[in-house]
Amino acid sequence: MTKVTMTVNGKAVSKEVSGNTLMTEFLRDELRLTGTHVGCDTSQCGACVIHVDGKSVKACTMFAAEAQGAAVTTIEGMANADGSLSVIQQAFQDHHGLQCGFCTPGMVMTAATLLKENPTPSEHEIRDYLEGNICRCTGYHNIVKAIMAASGQDVSGIAAE
Amino acid sequence: MYSFEIESPTSVADAVAALGQEEAQALGGGQTLIPSLKARLASPAVLVSLKNIDEIKGVSSDGGTVTIGGGTTHATVAEEVADSYPALSALAGNIGDPAVRNRGTIGGSLANNDPSACYPAAALASGATIVTNTREIAADDYFQGMFTTALEEGEIITSVRLPVPEKAAYVKFEQPASRFALVGVFVAKFADGVRVAVTGASEEGVFRWTEAEEALSGNFSADALSGLSVPADGMIGDLHGSGEYRAHLVAVLTKRAVAAAG
Ligand SMILES: Cc1cc2nc3c(=O)[nH]c(=O)nc-3n(C[C@H](O)[C@H](O)[C@H](O)COP(=O)(O)OP(=O)(O)OC[C@H]3O[C@@H](n4cnc5c(N)ncnc54)[C@H](O)[C@@H]3O)c2cc1C
Ligand code: FES
Ligand code: FES
Repeated sequence: MTKVTMTVNGKAVSKEVSGNTLMTEFLRDELRLTGTHVGCDTSQCGACVIHVDGKSVKACTMFAAEAQGAAVTTIEGMANADGSLSVIQQAFQDHHGLQCGFCTPGMVMTAATLLKENPTPSEHEIRDYLEGNICRCTGYHNIVKAIMAASGQDVSGIAAE
Repeated sequence: MYSFEIESPTSVADAVAALGQEEAQALGGGQTLIPSLKARLASPAVLVSLKNIDEIKGVSSDGGTVTIGGGTTHATVAEEVADSYPALSALAGNIGDPAVRNRGTIGGSLANNDPSACYPAAALASGATIVTNTREIAADDYFQGMFTTALEEGEIITSVRLPVPEKAAYVKFEQPASRFALVGVFVAKFADGVRVAVTGASEEGVFRWTEAEEALSGNFSADALSGLSVPADGMIGDLHGSGEYRAHLVAVLTKRAVAAAG
Protein backbone atom coordinates (compact mmCIF):
# COMPACT_ATOMS: atom_id res chain seq x y z
CA MET A 1 0.00 0.00 0.00
CA THR A 2 1.12 3.54 -0.75
CA LYS A 3 -0.33 6.81 0.36
CA VAL A 4 -1.57 9.11 -2.41
CA THR A 5 -2.48 12.74 -2.05
CA MET A 6 -4.25 14.69 -4.77
CA THR A 7 -7.04 17.18 -5.22
CA VAL A 8 -10.31 15.90 -6.61
CA ASN A 9 -12.77 18.55 -7.77
CA GLY A 10 -10.86 21.10 -5.73
CA LYS A 11 -10.81 19.12 -2.47
CA ALA A 12 -7.63 17.65 -1.03
CA VAL A 13 -7.82 13.85 -0.73
CA SER A 14 -5.35 11.50 0.91
CA LYS A 15 -5.76 7.70 0.97
CA GLU A 16 -3.84 4.45 1.14
CA VAL A 17 -4.03 2.55 -2.16
CA SER A 18 -2.57 -0.68 -3.54
CA GLY A 19 -0.30 -0.49 -6.55
CA ASN A 20 -2.95 -2.00 -8.80
CA THR A 21 -5.81 0.31 -7.75
CA LEU A 22 -7.12 1.92 -10.93
CA MET A 23 -8.20 5.54 -10.95
CA THR A 24 -11.76 4.37 -11.75
CA GLU A 25 -11.76 2.16 -8.64
CA PHE A 26 -10.28 4.91 -6.51
CA LEU A 27 -12.92 7.45 -7.59
CA ARG A 28 -15.90 5.13 -7.55
CA ASP A 29 -15.17 2.80 -4.62
CA GLU A 30 -13.02 4.94 -2.32
CA LEU A 31 -14.47 8.39 -2.93
CA ARG A 32 -17.96 7.24 -3.99
CA LEU A 33 -17.79 9.51 -7.02
CA THR A 34 -19.76 7.18 -9.28
CA GLY A 35 -20.26 9.65 -12.10
CA THR A 36 -17.09 8.33 -13.73
CA HIS A 37 -18.47 5.31 -15.57
CA VAL A 38 -16.76 2.06 -16.53
CA GLY A 39 -18.01 0.85 -19.89
CA CYS A 40 -15.33 -1.36 -21.34
CA ASP A 41 -12.46 -1.27 -18.83
CA THR A 42 -10.15 -1.75 -21.83
CA SER A 43 -9.49 1.89 -22.83
CA GLN A 44 -11.83 1.80 -25.82
CA CYS A 45 -15.10 3.51 -24.84
CA GLY A 46 -14.21 6.73 -23.02
CA ALA A 47 -17.04 6.52 -20.44
CA CYS A 48 -14.35 6.92 -17.75
CA VAL A 49 -12.69 10.10 -19.06
CA ILE A 50 -11.58 12.50 -16.32
CA HIS A 51 -9.18 15.45 -16.29
CA VAL A 52 -5.78 15.06 -14.71
CA ASP A 53 -3.92 18.36 -14.50
CA GLY A 54 -6.32 19.71 -17.10
CA LYS A 55 -5.90 16.90 -19.63
CA SER A 56 -8.41 14.24 -20.65
CA VAL A 57 -7.33 10.74 -19.67
CA LYS A 58 -9.06 7.39 -19.39
CA ALA A 59 -9.38 6.68 -15.68
CA CYS A 60 -9.63 2.93 -16.33
CA THR A 61 -6.12 3.03 -17.81
CA MET A 62 -4.27 4.87 -15.09
CA PHE A 63 -3.33 3.83 -11.56
CA ALA A 64 -4.39 5.93 -8.57
CA ALA A 65 -0.75 6.00 -7.47
CA GLU A 66 0.11 7.80 -10.72
CA ALA A 67 -2.16 10.70 -9.71
CA GLN A 68 0.04 11.56 -6.74
CA GLY A 69 0.12 15.37 -6.48
CA ALA A 70 -2.28 15.86 -9.39
CA ALA A 71 -5.37 18.04 -9.75
CA VAL A 72 -8.19 15.74 -10.80
CA THR A 73 -11.60 16.78 -12.10
CA THR A 74 -14.50 14.39 -12.57
CA ILE A 75 -18.00 14.95 -13.94
CA GLU A 76 -19.09 15.76 -10.37
CA GLY A 77 -16.86 18.82 -10.56
CA MET A 78 -18.28 20.17 -13.80
CA ALA A 79 -21.44 21.95 -12.63
CA ASN A 80 -21.31 25.64 -11.75
CA ALA A 81 -20.59 26.61 -8.14
CA ASP A 82 -24.31 27.22 -7.48
CA GLY A 83 -25.17 23.73 -8.65
CA SER A 84 -26.63 24.77 -12.00
CA LEU A 85 -25.44 22.93 -15.09
CA SER A 86 -22.34 24.20 -16.88
CA VAL A 87 -22.64 25.49 -20.43
CA ILE A 88 -21.61 22.14 -21.91
CA GLN A 89 -23.93 20.12 -19.66
CA GLN A 90 -26.84 22.44 -20.37
CA ALA A 91 -26.19 22.16 -24.11
CA PHE A 92 -26.33 18.35 -23.85
CA GLN A 93 -29.72 18.69 -22.18
CA ASP A 94 -31.03 21.31 -24.61
CA HIS A 95 -29.94 19.42 -27.73
CA HIS A 96 -30.78 15.89 -26.55
CA GLY A 97 -27.10 14.94 -26.49
CA LEU A 98 -27.92 11.92 -24.35
CA GLN A 99 -30.38 9.08 -24.19
CA CYS A 100 -29.44 6.48 -21.56
CA GLY A 101 -26.69 8.79 -20.30
CA PHE A 102 -24.06 6.12 -19.76
CA CYS A 103 -21.49 7.70 -22.07
CA THR A 104 -22.37 11.25 -21.08
CA PRO A 105 -19.84 11.88 -18.28
CA GLY A 106 -17.00 10.92 -20.61
CA MET A 107 -18.51 12.91 -23.48
CA VAL A 108 -18.80 16.04 -21.34
CA MET A 109 -15.26 15.69 -19.98
CA THR A 110 -13.83 15.17 -23.46
CA ALA A 111 -15.90 18.04 -24.88
CA ALA A 112 -14.53 20.31 -22.15
CA THR A 113 -10.89 19.74 -23.10
CA LEU A 114 -11.76 20.05 -26.79
CA LEU A 115 -13.32 23.47 -26.26
CA LYS A 116 -10.39 24.54 -24.11
CA GLU A 117 -7.93 23.61 -26.88
CA ASN A 118 -10.14 24.71 -29.76
CA PRO A 119 -12.94 27.12 -28.73
CA THR A 120 -14.82 26.99 -32.07
CA PRO A 121 -14.30 23.52 -33.53
CA SER A 122 -15.82 22.45 -36.85
CA GLU A 123 -18.16 19.47 -36.98
CA HIS A 124 -15.33 17.40 -38.41
CA GLU A 125 -12.97 18.44 -35.62
CA ILE A 126 -15.56 17.52 -32.99
CA ARG A 127 -16.11 14.07 -34.49
CA ASP A 128 -12.37 13.53 -34.74
CA TYR A 129 -11.77 14.54 -31.12
CA LEU A 130 -14.54 12.22 -29.91
CA GLU A 131 -12.83 9.24 -31.54
CA GLY A 132 -12.22 7.59 -28.18
CA ASN A 133 -15.77 8.10 -26.85
CA ILE A 134 -18.36 5.54 -27.82
CA CYS A 135 -22.13 6.05 -27.54
CA ARG A 136 -24.55 3.19 -28.15
CA CYS A 137 -27.69 5.34 -28.20
CA THR A 138 -27.59 8.71 -29.87
CA GLY A 139 -25.84 8.05 -33.16
CA TYR A 140 -23.54 10.93 -32.08
CA HIS A 141 -25.44 13.52 -34.05
CA ASN A 142 -26.97 15.37 -31.12
CA ILE A 143 -23.75 15.08 -29.14
CA VAL A 144 -21.91 16.90 -31.91
CA LYS A 145 -24.72 19.43 -32.07
CA ALA A 146 -24.61 20.02 -28.31
CA ILE A 147 -20.87 20.63 -28.41
CA MET A 148 -21.25 23.01 -31.36
CA ALA A 149 -23.93 24.87 -29.41
CA ALA A 150 -21.81 24.97 -26.26
CA SER A 151 -19.07 26.62 -28.29
CA GLY A 152 -21.51 29.39 -29.19
CA GLN A 153 -21.75 28.38 -32.84
CA ASP A 154 -24.92 28.27 -34.91
CA VAL A 155 -26.36 24.76 -35.06
CA SER A 156 -29.37 25.47 -37.25
CA GLY A 157 -27.46 24.05 -40.21
CA ILE A 158 -27.06 20.70 -38.48
CA ALA A 159 -30.31 18.86 -39.09
CA ALA A 160 -31.45 16.33 -36.50
CA GLU A 161 -31.43 13.03 -38.34
CA MET B 1 -4.85 -7.89 -12.04
CA TYR B 2 -2.29 -9.56 -9.83
CA SER B 3 -0.99 -7.31 -7.07
CA PHE B 4 2.20 -5.29 -7.36
CA GLU B 5 3.80 -2.19 -5.93
CA ILE B 6 4.40 1.02 -7.89
CA GLU B 7 7.57 3.03 -7.49
CA SER B 8 8.03 6.48 -9.01
CA PRO B 9 11.70 7.43 -9.18
CA THR B 10 12.70 10.88 -10.40
CA SER B 11 15.98 10.05 -12.15
CA VAL B 12 17.10 7.50 -14.75
CA ALA B 13 19.73 6.21 -12.32
CA ASP B 14 17.10 5.50 -9.65
CA ALA B 15 14.79 3.91 -12.22
CA VAL B 16 17.55 1.61 -13.43
CA ALA B 17 18.26 0.61 -9.83
CA ALA B 18 14.56 -0.01 -9.19
CA LEU B 19 14.31 -2.11 -12.37
CA GLY B 20 17.12 -4.26 -11.02
CA GLN B 21 14.73 -5.74 -8.47
CA GLU B 22 13.20 -9.16 -8.97
CA GLU B 23 10.29 -9.09 -11.47
CA ALA B 24 10.30 -5.34 -11.96
CA GLN B 25 8.91 -3.74 -15.13
CA ALA B 26 8.87 -0.19 -16.48
CA LEU B 27 5.55 1.67 -16.69
CA GLY B 28 5.40 4.39 -19.36
CA GLY B 29 1.96 5.79 -20.14
CA GLY B 30 0.37 2.43 -19.35
CA GLN B 31 -1.82 2.52 -22.48
CA THR B 32 -0.56 -0.89 -23.53
CA LEU B 33 0.75 -2.28 -20.27
CA ILE B 34 -2.34 -1.66 -18.09
CA PRO B 35 -4.67 -3.56 -20.46
CA SER B 36 -2.19 -6.45 -20.53
CA LEU B 37 -1.93 -6.44 -16.72
CA LYS B 38 -5.72 -6.62 -16.57
CA ALA B 39 -5.64 -9.61 -18.90
CA ARG B 40 -2.98 -11.13 -16.63
CA LEU B 41 -0.57 -11.34 -19.53
CA ALA B 42 2.10 -9.82 -17.30
CA SER B 43 2.66 -10.32 -13.57
CA PRO B 44 5.35 -7.95 -12.33
CA ALA B 45 6.02 -7.62 -8.61
CA VAL B 46 7.05 -3.98 -9.00
CA LEU B 47 6.10 -1.41 -11.62
CA VAL B 48 8.61 1.38 -12.03
CA SER B 49 6.76 4.43 -13.32
CA LEU B 50 8.90 6.64 -15.55
CA LYS B 51 6.41 9.50 -15.42
CA ASN B 52 8.28 11.63 -12.88
CA ILE B 53 11.65 11.51 -14.63
CA ASP B 54 11.98 14.95 -16.18
CA GLU B 55 15.30 14.16 -17.89
CA ILE B 56 13.56 11.76 -20.32
CA LYS B 57 10.78 14.16 -21.28
CA GLY B 58 10.62 16.86 -23.92
CA VAL B 59 11.66 17.59 -27.48
CA SER B 60 14.64 19.45 -28.87
CA SER B 61 15.64 20.22 -32.41
CA ASP B 62 19.13 20.93 -33.66
CA GLY B 63 20.88 20.90 -37.02
CA GLY B 64 18.46 18.68 -38.87
CA THR B 65 17.88 16.25 -36.00
CA VAL B 66 14.93 16.03 -33.66
CA THR B 67 15.56 14.47 -30.25
CA ILE B 68 12.57 13.23 -28.27
CA GLY B 69 12.75 12.07 -24.66
CA GLY B 70 11.56 8.47 -24.18
CA GLY B 71 8.93 9.59 -21.67
CA THR B 72 7.40 12.21 -23.97
CA THR B 73 3.69 11.74 -24.64
CA HIS B 74 2.23 11.46 -28.13
CA ALA B 75 0.31 14.72 -27.52
CA THR B 76 3.51 16.60 -26.69
CA VAL B 77 5.33 15.16 -29.70
CA ALA B 78 2.46 16.20 -31.98
CA GLU B 79 2.66 19.73 -30.64
CA GLU B 80 6.41 20.17 -30.39
CA VAL B 81 7.55 18.85 -33.76
CA ALA B 82 4.76 20.52 -35.76
CA ASP B 83 7.29 22.89 -37.37
CA SER B 84 10.50 20.86 -37.22
CA TYR B 85 9.14 17.51 -38.47
CA PRO B 86 5.52 17.88 -39.68
CA ALA B 87 5.12 14.27 -40.88
CA LEU B 88 6.09 12.98 -37.43
CA SER B 89 3.77 15.49 -35.78
CA ALA B 90 0.88 14.27 -37.92
CA LEU B 91 1.69 10.65 -37.06
CA ALA B 92 1.78 11.34 -33.31
CA GLY B 93 -1.40 13.43 -33.47
CA ASN B 94 -3.24 10.54 -35.09
CA ILE B 95 -2.39 7.78 -32.63
CA GLY B 96 -5.53 6.45 -30.91
CA ASP B 97 -7.58 9.29 -29.42
CA PRO B 98 -6.82 12.41 -27.35
CA ALA B 99 -6.93 10.59 -23.99
CA VAL B 100 -4.51 7.89 -25.22
CA ARG B 101 -2.19 10.57 -26.62
CA ASN B 102 -2.13 12.39 -23.27
CA ARG B 103 -0.68 9.29 -21.54
CA GLY B 104 1.07 7.08 -24.10
CA THR B 105 4.78 7.71 -24.71
CA ILE B 106 7.17 7.26 -27.62
CA GLY B 107 9.46 5.13 -25.45
CA GLY B 108 6.60 2.82 -24.51
CA SER B 109 5.54 2.46 -28.12
CA LEU B 110 9.05 1.65 -29.35
CA ALA B 111 9.73 -0.73 -26.45
CA ASN B 112 6.49 -2.56 -27.11
CA ASN B 113 7.03 -2.75 -30.91
CA ASP B 114 3.46 -3.76 -31.64
CA PRO B 115 3.37 -4.96 -35.27
CA SER B 116 0.62 -2.38 -35.96
CA ALA B 117 2.10 0.57 -34.09
CA CYS B 118 2.90 3.86 -35.82
CA TYR B 119 6.16 5.07 -34.26
CA PRO B 120 8.24 2.07 -35.36
CA ALA B 121 7.58 3.08 -38.99
CA ALA B 122 8.72 6.65 -38.30
CA ALA B 123 11.86 5.52 -36.46
CA LEU B 124 12.85 3.02 -39.14
CA ALA B 125 12.11 5.32 -42.11
CA SER B 126 13.95 8.23 -40.49
CA GLY B 127 16.98 6.09 -39.72
CA ALA B 128 16.57 7.02 -36.05
CA THR B 129 18.87 6.17 -33.18
CA ILE B 130 17.29 4.69 -30.07
CA VAL B 131 19.19 5.94 -27.03
CA THR B 132 19.00 3.93 -23.80
CA ASN B 133 20.57 4.25 -20.36
CA THR B 134 23.49 2.14 -21.59
CA ARG B 135 23.91 2.56 -25.37
CA GLU B 136 22.75 3.85 -28.73
CA ILE B 137 21.01 1.47 -31.13
CA ALA B 138 20.42 2.16 -34.84
CA ALA B 139 16.78 1.64 -35.82
CA ASP B 140 17.94 -0.91 -38.44
CA ASP B 141 19.28 -3.09 -35.61
CA TYR B 142 16.64 -2.24 -33.03
CA PHE B 143 13.46 -3.79 -34.45
CA GLN B 144 13.73 -7.58 -34.36
CA GLY B 145 10.23 -8.81 -35.18
CA MET B 146 6.77 -8.59 -33.63
CA PHE B 147 6.95 -7.34 -30.04
CA THR B 148 10.72 -7.99 -30.13
CA THR B 149 13.49 -5.41 -29.91
CA ALA B 150 17.19 -5.18 -29.12
CA LEU B 151 16.38 -3.94 -25.60
CA GLU B 152 17.80 -5.94 -22.71
CA GLU B 153 15.86 -6.57 -19.53
CA GLY B 154 15.64 -3.40 -17.44
CA GLU B 155 17.01 -1.18 -20.22
CA ILE B 156 15.22 2.17 -20.51
CA ILE B 157 14.71 4.18 -23.69
CA THR B 158 15.86 7.62 -22.62
CA SER B 159 15.53 9.33 -25.99
CA VAL B 160 15.13 8.88 -29.72
CA ARG B 161 17.13 10.89 -32.26
CA LEU B 162 15.47 11.28 -35.65
CA PRO B 163 17.23 12.86 -38.63
CA VAL B 164 14.67 15.11 -40.32
CA PRO B 165 14.12 14.19 -44.00
CA GLU B 166 13.81 16.72 -46.83
CA LYS B 167 10.33 15.36 -47.53
CA ALA B 168 8.28 12.82 -45.63
CA ALA B 169 4.76 11.52 -45.08
CA TYR B 170 3.04 8.78 -43.12
CA VAL B 171 -0.17 7.30 -44.44
CA LYS B 172 -2.09 4.85 -42.32
CA PHE B 173 -5.07 2.75 -43.26
CA GLU B 174 -6.89 2.62 -39.96
CA GLN B 175 -8.36 -0.50 -38.50
CA PRO B 176 -11.59 1.28 -37.52
CA ALA B 177 -12.21 -0.46 -34.19
CA SER B 178 -8.77 -0.19 -32.61
CA ARG B 179 -7.52 2.83 -34.58
CA PHE B 180 -4.17 1.09 -34.97
CA ALA B 181 -2.69 0.79 -38.45
CA LEU B 182 -4.11 -2.04 -40.54
CA VAL B 183 -1.17 -1.02 -42.70
CA GLY B 184 0.88 2.15 -42.37
CA VAL B 185 3.69 3.40 -44.62
CA PHE B 186 6.26 6.06 -43.75
CA VAL B 187 8.25 7.47 -46.67
CA ALA B 188 11.28 9.67 -45.96
CA LYS B 189 13.38 11.35 -48.65
CA PHE B 190 16.90 12.34 -47.64
CA ALA B 191 19.61 13.98 -49.76
CA ASP B 192 21.33 10.60 -50.09
CA GLY B 193 18.31 8.40 -50.73
CA VAL B 194 14.80 7.38 -49.78
CA ARG B 195 13.71 5.11 -46.93
CA VAL B 196 10.34 3.38 -46.85
CA ALA B 197 9.12 1.66 -43.67
CA VAL B 198 5.96 -0.43 -43.46
CA THR B 199 4.03 -1.23 -40.28
CA GLY B 200 0.93 -3.36 -39.69
CA ALA B 201 1.60 -5.68 -42.60
CA SER B 202 4.30 -8.22 -41.93
CA GLU B 203 4.44 -11.12 -39.50
CA GLU B 204 8.04 -9.97 -38.93
CA GLY B 205 6.83 -6.56 -37.68
CA VAL B 206 7.94 -3.24 -39.16
CA PHE B 207 10.18 -3.60 -42.25
CA ARG B 208 11.86 -1.58 -45.00
CA TRP B 209 10.57 -2.02 -48.50
CA THR B 210 13.95 -1.81 -50.22
CA GLU B 211 12.66 -2.30 -53.77
CA ALA B 212 10.51 0.81 -53.41
CA GLU B 213 13.40 2.68 -51.81
CA GLU B 214 15.61 2.00 -54.84
CA ALA B 215 12.93 3.05 -57.31
CA LEU B 216 12.16 6.23 -55.38
CA SER B 217 15.77 7.19 -54.83
CA GLY B 218 16.12 7.58 -58.62
CA ASN B 219 12.74 9.22 -59.17
CA PHE B 220 10.75 10.47 -56.18
CA SER B 221 7.27 10.16 -57.64
CA ALA B 222 4.36 7.78 -57.26
CA ASP B 223 4.89 6.72 -60.90
CA ALA B 224 8.26 5.27 -60.02
CA LEU B 225 6.40 2.61 -58.03
CA SER B 226 4.15 1.37 -60.82
CA GLY B 227 4.41 -2.36 -61.21
CA LEU B 228 6.13 -2.85 -57.84
CA SER B 229 4.45 -5.06 -55.24
CA VAL B 230 5.32 -6.95 -52.09
CA PRO B 231 4.60 -10.68 -51.89
CA ALA B 232 1.57 -11.71 -49.80
CA ASP B 233 3.72 -14.43 -48.28
CA GLY B 234 4.51 -13.62 -44.65
CA MET B 235 1.91 -10.84 -44.46
CA ILE B 236 -0.47 -10.83 -41.50
CA GLY B 237 -3.84 -12.37 -42.33
CA ASP B 238 -6.64 -11.96 -39.78
CA LEU B 239 -10.32 -11.09 -39.57
CA HIS B 240 -9.55 -7.50 -40.53
CA GLY B 241 -7.81 -8.35 -43.77
CA SER B 242 -6.03 -11.17 -45.59
CA GLY B 243 -2.32 -11.26 -46.36
CA GLU B 244 -3.12 -10.49 -50.02
CA TYR B 245 -5.15 -7.46 -48.98
CA ARG B 246 -2.38 -6.13 -46.77
CA ALA B 247 0.22 -6.67 -49.51
CA HIS B 248 -1.98 -4.71 -51.88
CA LEU B 249 -2.38 -1.92 -49.31
CA VAL B 250 1.40 -1.63 -48.92
CA ALA B 251 1.80 -0.67 -52.57
CA VAL B 252 -1.23 1.66 -52.58
CA LEU B 253 -0.27 3.44 -49.37
CA THR B 254 3.36 3.85 -50.44
CA LYS B 255 2.16 5.68 -53.56
CA ARG B 256 -0.14 7.84 -51.46
CA ALA B 257 2.66 8.63 -49.02
CA VAL B 258 4.97 9.70 -51.86
CA ALA B 259 2.21 11.88 -53.30
CA ALA B 260 1.52 13.38 -49.85
CA ALA B 261 5.22 14.07 -49.27
CA GLY B 262 5.16 16.11 -52.48
C1 LIG C 1 -7.51 2.91 -27.76
C2 LIG C 1 -6.06 2.85 -28.12
C3 LIG C 1 -5.66 3.16 -29.41
C4 LIG C 1 -4.31 3.12 -29.79
N1 LIG C 1 -3.99 3.43 -31.08
C5 LIG C 1 -2.70 3.40 -31.47
C6 LIG C 1 -2.31 3.75 -32.80
O1 LIG C 1 -3.12 4.12 -33.64
N2 LIG C 1 -1.00 3.67 -33.12
C7 LIG C 1 -0.05 3.32 -32.21
O2 LIG C 1 1.12 3.29 -32.57
N3 LIG C 1 -0.37 3.00 -30.95
C8 LIG C 1 -1.66 3.03 -30.56
N4 LIG C 1 -1.97 2.71 -29.26
C9 LIG C 1 -0.91 2.33 -28.33
C10 LIG C 1 -0.34 3.55 -27.62
O3 LIG C 1 0.41 4.31 -28.54
C11 LIG C 1 0.54 3.20 -26.42
O4 LIG C 1 0.64 4.38 -25.69
C12 LIG C 1 1.95 2.74 -26.71
O5 LIG C 1 1.99 1.64 -27.56
C13 LIG C 1 2.64 2.29 -25.43
O6 LIG C 1 3.17 3.39 -24.79
P1 LIG C 1 3.00 3.61 -23.23
O7 LIG C 1 3.83 4.77 -22.87
O8 LIG C 1 1.56 3.68 -22.91
O9 LIG C 1 3.71 2.31 -22.65
P2 LIG C 1 3.26 1.28 -21.52
O10 LIG C 1 1.94 0.70 -21.84
O11 LIG C 1 3.45 1.88 -20.19
O12 LIG C 1 4.40 0.20 -21.73
C14 LIG C 1 4.49 -0.64 -22.87
C15 LIG C 1 5.77 -1.50 -22.76
O13 LIG C 1 6.92 -0.68 -22.91
C16 LIG C 1 7.75 -0.72 -21.75
N5 LIG C 1 8.25 0.65 -21.59
C17 LIG C 1 7.49 1.78 -21.41
N6 LIG C 1 8.27 2.88 -21.47
C18 LIG C 1 9.55 2.45 -21.66
C19 LIG C 1 10.82 3.11 -21.83
N7 LIG C 1 10.94 4.46 -21.80
N8 LIG C 1 11.92 2.34 -22.01
C20 LIG C 1 11.82 0.99 -22.05
N9 LIG C 1 10.67 0.31 -21.93
C21 LIG C 1 9.54 1.03 -21.74
C22 LIG C 1 6.87 -1.25 -20.65
O14 LIG C 1 7.62 -1.95 -19.68
C23 LIG C 1 5.94 -2.17 -21.42
O15 LIG C 1 6.53 -3.41 -21.65
C24 LIG C 1 -3.32 2.75 -28.85
C25 LIG C 1 -3.70 2.44 -27.54
C26 LIG C 1 -5.03 2.48 -27.16
C27 LIG C 1 -5.41 2.16 -25.76
S1 FES D 1 -14.07 2.26 -19.23
FE1 FES D 1 -12.31 3.41 -19.63
S2 FES D 1 -12.34 3.56 -21.77
FE2 FES D 1 -14.04 2.29 -21.39
S1 FES E 1 -26.51 8.01 -24.40
FE1 FES E 1 -26.52 5.89 -24.09
S2 FES E 1 -24.47 5.37 -24.54
FE2 FES E 1 -24.54 7.42 -25.10
